[in-house]
This record gives sequence, structure tokens and C-alpha cells, in this order.
Amino acid sequence: MIEVKNLTKIYGHNTDAALAMLKKGVPNQEIKDKTKQVVGVRDASFTVENGETFVIMGLSGSGKSTLLRCINRLIKASAGQILIDGVDVLTMAPKELEELRKRKMAMVFQRFALLPHRNILDNVAYGLEVQGVKIEERQAKAREVIEMVGLSGWEDSYPENLSGGMQQRVGIARALATEPDILLMDEPFSALDPLIRQDMQDELIDIQEKLQKTIIFITHDLDEALKIGDHIALMKDGEIVQIGSPEDILLSPASDYVARFVENVNRSLALTAASVMVRPRYVVHPKDGPRTSLNFMEKHGLSTLFVLDRTGKLKGYISAEDAAELAAKGIKDLADIIQDDMPTTNPNTPLADLLDVMAYTKVPIAVIDEDQRLQGTLVRGSVIAGLAGGRGGINNG
Amino acid sequence: MDRIPKIPLAEWTDNFIAYLQSNFGASTQAFAEGLEGFIKGLQGLLIAAPAELILIIIVLLAWRLAGKKMAVFSVLGLFFIYNLGLWSVTMETIAMVISAVLLCMLIGIPLGILGAKNNTAHRIIMPILDFMQTLPAFVYLLPAIPFFGLGVVPGVITTIIFAMPPVIRLTDLGLKQVPEELIELGKSFGSTFWQMLVKIELPLARSTMLAGINQCIMLSLSMVVIASMIGAKGLGGIVWRAIQTLNMGTGFEAGVAIVIIAIILDRITQNLGTKK
Repeated sequence: MIEVKNLTKIYGHNTDAALAMLKKGVPNQEIKDKTKQVVGVRDASFTVENGETFVIMGLSGSGKSTLLRCINRLIKASAGQILIDGVDVLTMAPKELEELRKRKMAMVFQRFALLPHRNILDNVAYGLEVQGVKIEERQAKAREVIEMVGLSGWEDSYPENLSGGMQQRVGIARALATEPDILLMDEPFSALDPLIRQDMQDELIDIQEKLQKTIIFITHDLDEALKIGDHIALMKDGEIVQIGSPEDILLSPASDYVARFVENVNRSLALTAASVMVRPRYVVHPKDGPRTSLNFMEKHGLSTLFVLDRTGKLKGYISAEDAAELAAKGIKDLADIIQDDMPTTNPNTPLADLLDVMAYTKVPIAVIDEDQRLQGTLVRGSVIAGLAGGRGGINNG
Repeated sequence: MDRIPKIPLAEWTDNFIAYLQSNFGASTQAFAEGLEGFIKGLQGLLIAAPAELILIIIVLLAWRLAGKKMAVFSVLGLFFIYNLGLWSVTMETIAMVISAVLLCMLIGIPLGILGAKNNTAHRIIMPILDFMQTLPAFVYLLPAIPFFGLGVVPGVITTIIFAMPPVIRLTDLGLKQVPEELIELGKSFGSTFWQMLVKIELPLARSTMLAGINQCIMLSLSMVVIASMIGAKGLGGIVWRAIQTLNMGTGFEAGVAIVIIAIILDRITQNLGTKK
């Protein structure tokens, strides 16, 4: 577990005065004007649980990279605490710090940071080499992680012969080779083409499912943050302005700044079926009969109705025409006209995966839980409202 | 202005040199003897070795590092030097250049590393280098005599003073040019100071450092020729004698030999940095 408490980084030679002003709540700009010291990170606190992907996101100059570098002390913070499993990184002796960097955490860089004079195998083995692991052993381990990132066969090539995406795979392999608990990733996919970036994100998610590392991931791309983050911290001017799950950030932005930030995001990646579904208020039971159903549909302007059994399980749906026909024949039981070819989904499915179905179905998508109980329905209106940034459609069906 | 008495810089310098000589004369003498042994040994070796063997070694180096054309040039050039009867004096000169360059690297590379790693050291070293490079060579050619006597040793010592600055400067520069991200990479994996230096910084500074060594070789060659004035002999000695006796023909022959050696050394070492 990583706990960051009241972390502050001030750049300059005389940080004491600036620190005192900062504690009194003086804004960054005023501190800079009066003391010539620049605030990089301002009173940041957050906790990263083991095995989670914690995304720090913000625009350039927001202090996100500085914050990341404070965690492995590439940059020494001015005040605060960084507790890794209870031990404060800031007060570590140089040897302890070296040991921490060797065994416990590894970093992945924006511009890959591969050593041009080493082949892929030796690049990946670098961390183990620094640890003093014997050559056969470290090369065997390097081969193993190279295979994991899908680069088998490239061991003897040099970085200059690899594409950007492949180079970053090497960067990730190098970080995994020492089997650290913690991965610090500094905008690892920012320098890649959009399509390759998406592939790499998917692969990172796969790797993470297998290895369950604790990842701190920096990005300026909100779509990326929403896609891979278990939690997201949004930074502005060195401060964390909101921490929450992707949905928290999207659905309840803590400030206008966050709201403006999420305005243009591809919401379909973060929103799930559950967050935009309409509560199933208008449903019928088989014994209700066609007349009741027709009345219901007319009153609320619906062309189809979902049918539930007594325990709330979804049996299917009926259409208005079929109900009218049934009523004309005088049959009371709906059983004959119940159709069950409606699309269904579970509540956690991302909206992105449902848009395709949504486009072609004539019937609303039924959101059901593991027990087949109807949780809600997805109709075009509420989905569009969700994508457009309305506060979901939970109660306005 | 004229009222201010002349600052006695010349007297001070004389006194300072006299002081150094009386206090450090013994140790410089011992150092000079060691160095002389090394240079003379190397000269003896190069002169005693069959000319064919040395020719083959140089041509192979030229071929590997500078291509076919340079290999052909080396064959013709060295044959020409041999034909002029300048082979053994050329070997004397080359031995002096090699000795001077080796010492320049031995002293210069650590100083360059120091300068790159330590700002205070950097601020002290750089002005001294400016001084070393701009002070006319003749000014320290003479004081070398009381310390090291006449001959190859003061010649090589003054050559080192003259030729070392680029080694220090470009080592310093090469190390400073290592991309910040690669420094962070080394640190973030817990590398020690020496691991950083050996595994990351020096390999990445290599081509810049080799450019410095190439310059050092060229400067050494030119200075070794000038140093013949204090008895360093070699090709420069021939030129110096030719000037004194107005013997333009032999002077020109030795001059051409120097140019040939300069071209071969330059082309071979120029390409060191670009090869993997």
C-alpha cells in the first residue's frame, strides 16, 4: 500500500518561506511573486491499495510527473510523507532508497528510455544486472518477460530497429523483470499512435489482471484514465482537485474545472449499463392479460413491455400489436405472445460495448443480474443523455 | 597610469618556477625518468619492428575503420615515407604521439568525469583549460627545460598540456549530454554511482569522448613537431634542422610525411565513434 500524505514540492533554493506561506493557504502565484519559489506539488494526499491501478491525470504543468518522481525520490519532496508499506521514502538512507528502487518499484518512461548501446535482451535485464544477478539467470528471466510482452525473437535487436510501440513493450518488460510490487508509469503511451496506444492499454489491462501490481499511472488523456484506472486523481496547478472512481469523476465532478475537463471525454468508455439504465417501472406479469398491458402501453406511449415472473425474473417481452390481436381473440393469458429474443446485458458492461446493439435493436436492451432479474432497461434516449453528459437516466424513465 | 610601478609578473613567475624546481625538482626528475623509459621503449619497439608489420597493422586499421580508399592511401603514403628514408624518425614521432595521447586520456578522462559530476570542479577546471589552450606554446616550452631537461620528455609533457583540453572538455560535454530520461532510468532501478557511470553514462558519451580523443591526437601531432625545438627529435627534428640550415628540400620532405601521418591518424580515429 502506498500512502501519500500532505506531499509538497517547492522548487528553489529557499523553500522555507514559501512552505510557510503555502501552509497558510497563499495561492501558488502569490508565493512565486513574493519568494521566487515555484510550487510543483501542493499538499497532495492519496492512498493506493495493493493491486490497483491509480491514475494521476492532469494537463502539462499540473505537477503530475513531479508527484510521480517524488514517490521514488527522483525528486526530493519538500514536505509531507510517502509511506510504502508503512516506511517513509523521504527519510530513507541512501542505501535503503537504492534497495527500494532495486527490488520494490520500477519505472516506465514516456520516451521509453531504452539504452541505445544495448540489445533488447540486455535492456530488459538491466534492473537484474544492477541487482547483481548472474548473467544466465538474468537473461533467462529477461527472455521470460520479453515473451510476456510479445517480443520473442527480438532479443538481439537494438532499440533503434523497433517501432515506438515495441520500444515501450521493452520498457514494460524491463520494469516487470525485477518483479517489483509497484510500477510507476509516466505517460507511457503518450508518445504512441492512437491505435497502438489502445492496443497497449488493452495489453496493460491484461497484464495487470494476471500480475496484480500496484500501478501509479500518469496521463493527460482522460479517456485513457477512465479506461485503465481503478481510481483517478485529477490534478491542477499542483493540487489534487478530485479523487474517485472513473464514474465518480464523470458523473459527479467536484468542481467546474473537472466538469469542463470531462465535457469532451468519450463517456462510453467509463459509463456502464447500470449508470444510464432506466428503472423498469413499466412491466407486466403473465397473468395481467392483454387489455391491462395495452392500456399501460397507450398511457405511457410504449410499443413493447417486458414481462416478469413473480420473482422478478425476466421472461421476455410483448409488443403492442400482438397484445391487441390477443385481446381481439379474447385470450387472457400472455404466455403465447411472449418473445424472448431481446438483447440482454449485465449492469457492469461498458456502454461502448452496447452502442452497436443499441443501433439495431427494436426492443430496449434488458439489463439483468446473475439471477436473471431485470435491473433496468436501456432505451436510446437515456443512453444518448448519458453520453451527452446528463446525470444518467436513473429515475426519469 | 604611468605612475603605477610595473607589476613584476615576470619576476614572480621566475621565482615561482625556481621555487617549484627546488622543492619538486626531485619528484619531477623521477617522473621524467619513468616517462622517458616508456617513450624510449615504445620508440625502440616501433623502430625495431619490421616496417612491413607496422604497415600491415596500420593498413588493416585504416581498412576496418575508414574504408578501402583510406587503406589504399595508407599503403601508398607509408611506402612513400619509407622510400624517403624517414621511416624511423616517423616511428619516433608516432611513439611520442601515442605516449602523449595515452597520458592525456589517463589524466583527462577522470578530470572530465569530475567536471561533469561536480559543479565546483567544473568551475575550477574550465578556466584552466582556457588558459592551457590560449597560452602560446613557446611560453611553457621553455620552463619545461629546467624541470625535465632537453629531449623527448619535456616535448611530450608540453604536448600533453597542449593536447589534453579537448579530452577533458568533450568528456565533460559527453556526460552532460546524456538524456535526462536515461539518467532517471538508471536511478529508478537503483544503480550505484559506478553502475551509472559504466553502464549508462560513459557508453552514451562515447562518441563525443572519441571526438575529443581525435582532436587530442591531431593537437599532439602538431605539438610534437613544435617540441623538436627543445630536442624532441622525430619528424619535427628534421624540419627544425632544415629551417636552421635553410635546407628547404629536406624540410619539405619531412613536412609531407607529417601531413600523411596526420591524414591517416585523423581518418582512422575520426570513425571510431560512429562504429558500434
